[in-house]
Amino acid sequence: MTASPAPELGSLAGIAASVRAGERSARAVLAVSLDRVRELEGDLHCFNEVTVEAAEADADAVDRMVRAGLDPGPLAGVPVALKDNLCTVGIPTTCSSKILAGWLPPYDATVVSRLRDAGAVAIGKTNLDEFAMGSSTENSAFGPTRNPWDLGRVPGGSSGGSAAAVAAGMVPLAFGSDTGGSIRQPAALCGIVGVKPTYGVVSRYGLIAFASSLDQIGPFATTVADAALGLEVIAGHDPMDSTSLDRPAPSLLATLDEGVSGLRVGIVADFLSAGSECGDAVVAAAEALAAAGAKVDQVRIPELLLGLPAYYVIAPAEASSNLSRYDGVRYGLRVDGPDAETMNARTRGEGFGAEVKRRIMMGTYALSAGYYDAYYGQAQKARTLVIRAFEAAYRDFDVLLTPTTPSVAFPFGSKVDDPIEMYMCDLCSIPSSLAGHPAASVPFALSPEGLPIGVQVLAPALGEAVMMRVAASLEAAAPREARGPVTP
Amino acid sequence: MTGYETVVGLEVHCELATATKLFCGCRNAFGDEPNTNVCPVCLGLPGSLPVVNRRAVELALRIGAALNCKAQRSIFHRKNYFYPDMPKDYQISQYDEPINVDGWLELPDGSRVGVERAHMEEDTGKTTHVGGGGRIHEAGYSLVDYNRAGVPLVEIVSRPDIRSAAQARAYVDELRSILVATGASDGRMEEGSLRVDANVSVRPAGATEYGTRCEVKNLNSLRSLERAIDYEVARQIELLEAGERVSQETRHWDEGDSSTHSMRSKEEANDYRYFPEPDLTPLVPDVALLTAAAEGVGAMPAERRHRLSNLLAAGSELATRRDGSTDQVVTVVDLGLDELVHGAVAAGADPRLALARAANEAAANPDAAKLLDPMAFAALLKMESSGQLSATQSKEVLAELMSKGGDPGQIARRLGYEQMDNASLGSMVDEVIAANPQEWRRYREGDDKVAQFLLGQVMKSSKGRANGKLVAEAFAFRRDA
Amino acid sequence: MARLARLALDDDEVGRYAVQLSAILEHVDAVRRLDTADVPPTAHPFPVENVLRSDTERPSLDREVVLAQAPVAENDRFRVPRIMGEAP
Repeated sequence: MTASPAPELGSLAGIAASVRAGERSARAVLAVSLDRVRELEGDLHCFNEVTVEAAEADADAVDRMVRAGLDPGPLAGVPVALKDNLCTVGIPTTCSSKILAGWLPPYDATVVSRLRDAGAVAIGKTNLDEFAMGSSTENSAFGPTRNPWDLGRVPGGSSGGSAAAVAAGMVPLAFGSDTGGSIRQPAALCGIVGVKPTYGVVSRYGLIAFASSLDQIGPFATTVADAALGLEVIAGHDPMDSTSLDRPAPSLLATLDEGVSGLRVGIVADFLSAGSECGDAVVAAAEALAAAGAKVDQVRIPELLLGLPAYYVIAPAEASSNLSRYDGVRYGLRVDGPDAETMNARTRGEGFGAEVKRRIMMGTYALSAGYYDAYYGQAQKARTLVIRAFEAAYRDFDVLLTPTTPSVAFPFGSKVDDPIEMYMCDLCSIPSSLAGHPAASVPFALSPEGLPIGVQVLAPALGEAVMMRVAASLEAAAPREARGPVTP
Repeated sequence: MTGYETVVGLEVHCELATATKLFCGCRNAFGDEPNTNVCPVCLGLPGSLPVVNRRAVELALRIGAALNCKAQRSIFHRKNYFYPDMPKDYQISQYDEPINVDGWLELPDGSRVGVERAHMEEDTGKTTHVGGGGRIHEAGYSLVDYNRAGVPLVEIVSRPDIRSAAQARAYVDELRSILVATGASDGRMEEGSLRVDANVSVRPAGATEYGTRCEVKNLNSLRSLERAIDYEVARQIELLEAGERVSQETRHWDEGDSSTHSMRSKEEANDYRYFPEPDLTPLVPDVALLTAAAEGVGAMPAERRHRLSNLLAAGSELATRRDGSTDQVVTVVDLGLDELVHGAVAAGADPRLALARAANEAAANPDAAKLLDPMAFAALLKMESSGQLSATQSKEVLAELMSKGGDPGQIARRLGYEQMDNASLGSMVDEVIAANPQEWRRYREGDDKVAQFLLGQVMKSSKGRANGKLVAEAFAFRRDA
Repeated sequence: MARLARLALDDDEVGRYAVQLSAILEHVDAVRRLDTADVPPTAHPFPVENVLRSDTERPSLDREVVLAQAPVAENDRFRVPRIMGEAP
């Protein structure tokens, strides 16, 4: 199956400018978006819920502001999709889990409020691997999302619904969360741009936690400029999140076109052998940057290979604690029992899917008496080693390049029975998660089968601006057919 | 019981008197309608995050300072266990890096109890058991109110330095007055803002190793604390005497049958899987926090007791004797009358007399006593010391001074407490000597006991108006003449 | 482990997880074997301290909204089946 190019909605800046100027109504932009959803949702299953009425009300509010001579903001009338682990007041927020069945959050995530304040129109909640645990959306309790490039393949995960929605042209901008690669990996597999910001740049308030010390929210878009605008809008200090950095949102668009002349770019050699197609794309990307004036060299950072095992201790450990609250007492699913303890266990036994239970067990083990030092304690020290290795590398380089993923989108069912094979998807994306550094995936090439390949740009903490500059240069050098949107 | 030594360590949970909860802006209040002071954070709703209340940190540091602790960099941990009253099914608490460590508390009897740590944590919700007479195991079901969930607590862990139930009571009593004095807590045990668990063990007298301890819970008053420790000590001694062992366990004090019961923990031994709370950042006691913590806090009771005792020691040779003055010092400090005493002494009153009148007569009506003008109090005491007023008269004047205010001299005149002139006092003494020749002879032979009798006779015929000191001098003068 | 995590699992699941967990443990063994004698742990990517809020009241949620989400509510409280264990 091959995908064909999709009609473009236009850039975010273009949409917002026309809506702000009253040339197009937000309602009309929304209609185009919802038409595309109606056309493709049956094939793709990007959404857990499309909130047509709420979206129409929001679009009307934007239009009223324009008519009243008020500025609705930099995303005026831009339709956006939200991963279904971002709390939305009065709209079901499920994490694609049965255990949150029927729960209506009484509050909005900070990111959701900021998008609304910027004039964006949320059209629905996108599918994910249950509680963001997975790399294919096959772990969703509501069925998988399909990759618009090939309906027989996964879109990646965990933010597969958001990635596929953007890749299919349903929305020009979507948001996901990234704990070990959950934005970058599906962005790569769907041929779009995905950005994981520096830990603390975007508020986590209202993001349903998977692994608190790693989770970050970030944008998906078809272009680097759109992703940059999406990130600028949601970033910035939030007093509701103690780990939110007390500094202004990064300015990204202003320097996006400054090029890479003189920048020092390191190719992380340790990840080149990970997958040949993907490794080749990185080498080609580096050549393109060199041609644009960057100084390119290879660098070995073997400590980064500690990332994967460390991550698969730390993330499940934090998750096992974060997911304790789903106990059938205050909200969501309850499976009754003769006593509270049995009720808790049955609710959790039936409410969680296989991967979530697997990780809860793993995390419980890693934190339990007698094993803490050997696993969680050691993993935190491995994390220190990863950070130190990055620090050393960034003395010589401004940014680093790796493949985003070891392989292109894989067929459904090919990895579900082998958790470790699935975990390997995150090999290249995990180190910067552990370090809290920003990272972006940019579509750069097509595989011989016509599937998109992403290149990952890594930067030190708060290095978003230089990272996005490099991403923009890569985008300029990449063939147009390597990126979405596409029509399946 | 002899042959054994009691060893007690106490864990006291104290709710802080903040306006809002530890991690969110919900009201910290007792007795509100159920589930009205709740929000996404304290209900542990998905996606919510905690942010530490600055005031709670200041009050925790304030408690630490009052308990002579060292304030240090601290972090929060998650203590993981499932329980319906805990919204997140983990408690955010401080574990191996608490905010206050290594302090001590001095009790009124001068003994010191070590304080291992005073750390911060959040409270749980409140569970009501329905059916089965409110007992947990027989209940049909339970109902949970989360108003209390997330209320800031400081847990004060003593070292096992306490050696009796009475000392344990004195420790909690003293701790409570400190908490109230600092404004850190209202200290109300009956409302649960102060909760005490006791770790009790016994060991043969002279042993250096500790015995196996039991943790006793559900101690809702000072009385039950004392009774539960006494019971538990007796139970453990009985076990040891019978050649059995004490098993380490948690026991529940039952006020109804006045005994402790093993808490049947149904399943696994608790494994709390502590790990650093990733949603919070470390606390560092910087200048701003320490300054705010110290602001408006006066001296602690132990220091005030010392100051008062020192005053006595310096001002009067009598007071250097450790007689009844210790209790008087404790009472005066407890009632907050120490400033009155200091004021009166500064104005020239006799320290010992000032303390006695404050601890006894003024203490009968502490609220009024606190309003006493130290100058007026001092003037009254000087009249008594100089013999212008008898002790009985002085007490009467003090009572009126407290109830109506005024000038002690005028009150004394109005009450008719004119000083007896020396002539009438002398003739009254002579009359008593004439009427009691036997006693007079024994007095002259040096029998001190009879002096009181003679004095009493004069007081009787003067209807209390005679000054005891002057009467005694008059008898002595006649004996030595 | 399932009991500590309070998960009711059937025999099938227990068997499957046992195999998978040992495979995962084997995979993360590189971490366990790491020589980290002089390496401090990283709990957090950024060393931020004293993030505090003022002791100012903020509106709570409406009780109706809160209890509407409860699987079972009674008498303005959340209802749960009888509790077997005592709170620690």
